[in-house]
Amino acid sequence: MADVGIVKSESFVFATKPDRLKLDSGQFFGPITVAYETYGRLSRAKDNVVLLLHALSGDHHAAGRYTPADRKPGWWDSFVGPGKGLDTDKYFVICSNFLGGCMGTTGPSSINPQTNQPYALTFPSITISDMVRVQKALIDHLGISHLRAVIGGSLGGMQALEWTLLYPEIARSAIVIASTSCLSAQAIAFDAVGRNAIMSDPAWNKGNYYGTKGPSRGLAIARMVGHITYLSSASMRRKFGRALRDRTDQAQIFDDEFEVESYLSHQGQSFVERFDANSYLYITKAADYYNISERFGSLSNAFRKTLAKFLVLSFTSDWLFPPFQSQEIVKALMSNDKQVTYCNIQTDYGHDAFLLETETLARLVRGFLDHV
Amino acid sequence: MPQSQENPITPTLLRIPCQSTDYDVVVGLVPPRSKVLDLGCGSGELLERLVREKQISGRGLDIDPELVIRCVQKGIPVVQGNLDEGLAQYRDNSFDWVVLNQTLQVTHRPALVLREMLRVGRTCIVSFPNLAYWKSRCRLFFGGRMPISRTLPFPWYSTPNIHLPTIRDFRRLCRQVGGRIVKEIYRSSGRRRRTTFAPNLLSEEAIFVVSSFDN
Repeated sequence: MADVGIVKSESFVFATKPDRLKLDSGQFFGPITVAYETYGRLSRAKDNVVLLLHALSGDHHAAGRYTPADRKPGWWDSFVGPGKGLDTDKYFVICSNFLGGCMGTTGPSSINPQTNQPYALTFPSITISDMVRVQKALIDHLGISHLRAVIGGSLGGMQALEWTLLYPEIARSAIVIASTSCLSAQAIAFDAVGRNAIMSDPAWNKGNYYGTKGPSRGLAIARMVGHITYLSSASMRRKFGRALRDRTDQAQIFDDEFEVESYLSHQGQSFVERFDANSYLYITKAADYYNISERFGSLSNAFRKTLAKFLVLSFTSDWLFPPFQSQEIVKALMSNDKQVTYCNIQTDYGHDAFLLETETLARLVRGFLDHV
Repeated sequence: MPQSQENPITPTLLRIPCQSTDYDVVVGLVPPRSKVLDLGCGSGELLERLVREKQISGRGLDIDPELVIRCVQKGIPVVQGNLDEGLAQYRDNSFDWVVLNQTLQVTHRPALVLREMLRVGRTCIVSFPNLAYWKSRCRLFFGGRMPISRTLPFPWYSTPNIHLPTIRDFRRLCRQVGGRIVKEIYRSSGRRRRTTFAPNLLSEEAIFVVSSFDN
């Protein structure tokens, strides 16, 4: 299958004075830079737009490469491209880095133009709705008034849901993968461990670490914990078992020796090289506080005005965003007589399945999009 | 009975509870522009026909993810779920018609399923193979073997059919769960029977139209 090829990251700035963006917290904030990429061609009628929403550690680089020499393509290159799950021969796909991120969109590591210093902890607290408001500003800027679909997995799925609540007249359909209307206590607990790891790293320095090495140890541990929650017991057993790495004579007793240890170390280390610790804190808090039914009285109430058709997908072995949370969304939609399709995909990949079960996802998403 | 029919059936085949599916009767019964729920909708063929020929608004439910994918590809809204867990996610009277086509006999709790259908829909269509058909009776009576036929193609050890009713049994169940029988249609050899003489003996399949008393 062909790929999208060479892509270019673009950006746009809005919410400059006096039109700053009003956040859920009540604070007015700006200016905001939005980093985004697009794939495929916008139709003349502008009716083939799919907005792709990334998860916690993702970014706007969903597919393709920046240069032919790039070692790695975008995070969902297996799914976004000509003839793929999100078929760029048919759809114009937009993906933007969300508010609070660290890949080009304004976040805690961005320079506050008033102080010429990074925001760090002076960055305002943000919500999933705030992220969606920023995405709305982007599509306005691109002159797009309707979205064929909003699609996202995990935290991206929460943004997709939020789109149908905030802008029911714009999102014609929503594809919500391995997601939830609110995090479980267990998921919040793991986020808390991650945040604790970062904040107890002395190098975090109350968020003021820019220009220094920063809390790389804490952030790496946060990522390691995260990765455990993305896998399942069965997938870890299959992937690592109790396999040991090659022993060297100099090995110390507490060196990473099990394959699973070195996998987690590697994941932690490579994350530190690309991610900002303060962003991790802000984004996980936004995810933890997200609670649709609390805001609307009930989940069923929330979807009353939604006009979108829904495709809700969960994975049988996902214990971070378990299937029952998707089923609650489906039930609430059905109680409002909305058009919803639901499938609980059999897999032992755990939460990570949304990046791995590409073939099944592609058949479902392509089939669904053909009819909206 | 030829030997080949007694070979173990593959799990794939077991997904199809009955091969005598003929949707004409159901399509004929459902009025245009109704709202229809098809339980055990398979790959969505019946709903697709109803959408095309009767402009209905259709929803499906099936347990098999592979079949769910095929419904999605046809543009049929479908929810993957287990009929035996009830229909709690559906509101009372939210459908004009609820269809259970050749599926009743594979459910674990047929009485619950029928009661739930009558709650969710105004009118229900239930079709099933009739175990009291004379050929089945003969095979059991004279041959001393579990019936195997066109509508009951599986040997006893690998059949998905765990709750096979007769026409008289089903009438009784309808009474028990508060259903009012509006119509009974009988079929044999894949064709509709013209006469209504001795249906429990002479019909291979039955299609019941049932509504709840308060409708």
